Amino acid sequence: MADNRAVIREFILESITESTVGDDEDIFERGLVRSMFVMQLVLFVEQEFGISVTGDDLQFDNFRTVERIDELVTRKLAAA
Amino acid sequence: MGNVRTVGVIGAGVMGRGVTTALRQAGFRVVLVDRDEEILERTRARLRDDVRLYAMLAPGSAITADELFAETVFTTNLEDLADVDLVVENATELWTVKRPIYERLGGICRPDVIIAVNTSAISITRLGALTGRPENVIGMHFMNPVPLKPTVEVIRAHHTSESTVDAAREFLTALGKKSIVVNDSPGFVTNRVMMLTVNEAAFLVHEGVASAADTDRLFVECFGHTMGPLETADLIGLDTVLLSIEVLYDEFKDSKYRPCPLLTKLVDAGLHGRKSGQGFFNYESAKRG
Repeated sequence: MADNRAVIREFILESITESTVGDDEDIFERGLVRSMFVMQLVLFVEQEFGISVTGDDLQFDNFRTVERIDELVTRKLAAA
Repeated sequence: MGNVRTVGVIGAGVMGRGVTTALRQAGFRVVLVDRDEEILERTRARLRDDVRLYAMLAPGSAITADELFAETVFTTNLEDLADVDLVVENATELWTVKRPIYERLGGICRPDVIIAVNTSAISITRLGALTGRPENVIGMHFMNPVPLKPTVEVIRAHHTSESTVDAAREFLTALGKKSIVVNDSPGFVTNRVMMLTVNEAAFLVHEGVASAADTDRLFVECFGHTMGPLETADLIGLDTVLLSIEVLYDEFKDSKYRPCPLLTKLVDAGLHGRKSGQGFFNYESAKRG
């Protein structure tokens, strides 16, 4: 969902010095954020979208790009 | 002494939580002690997030919160350490906080129990003297985040016995950590060099030799460090950095450890680094675009 992507992107942009981030850009590989930031992303999506990230969803790869985070959120919302 | 099964962890702050998680990952039972119930309640919640973080960053050794809590006792009573096989103490880095703990530990723990001090600057020898069994007291300077850092700086105090050093290393091996043993001295090896480096980097900025960003870039881009000294200082917390450099200054009485006025000013201004949103770098308005 485009709206969700915008919300996710905005959260990431609030935490980095760059002014833009592509939806398929790996924010960790690009060095925009450090690995520990992944937990802030988890807490953010849980709070923002009312989902809970546990078990098999706790994969670093799910949080690498805006696109992947959006996919996870969409999947969790559909399953709720 | 070789059979450590249950470990007492004193202090449920960042380090105590990290040590607890690493211990449970390695299968040790834990008795976690802190001052009051409220802190312990908060700790439980934070541990739940911690295990999720480690599940993503180090999936191989991950455990669930249920697995962590299954064999962890949370208590406000130091006497509950009567039956543990080893203690890792992580209380606040203040002599006034640590002293009363060590004065009691000697009478609570079994005589053969090793007491490991997890500190970044306080004298292990001085703390050991309070226990009545300094031969069993040793420094274990864990790095943060504990479950992700492979090596521990082990500090042999003046009276620490060789059997304590051997048993401590054996314990750390069982915990999945390597150890490097050094002798007791203010700041040991890591923090003496690290704090002096941070302080000198602060002087460079203070004197206008280079900006904070350029100073850090030189370390990252020329030396291949993951993070520059000033960003590292922001991560540690500038208040903690100042406290550490002041300990070094007080202990050595050597002017080379005098705190940089810029560092003192930032701390006075409440700019304590990442945790307060600003230090040498700004973490709040990083946003603009």
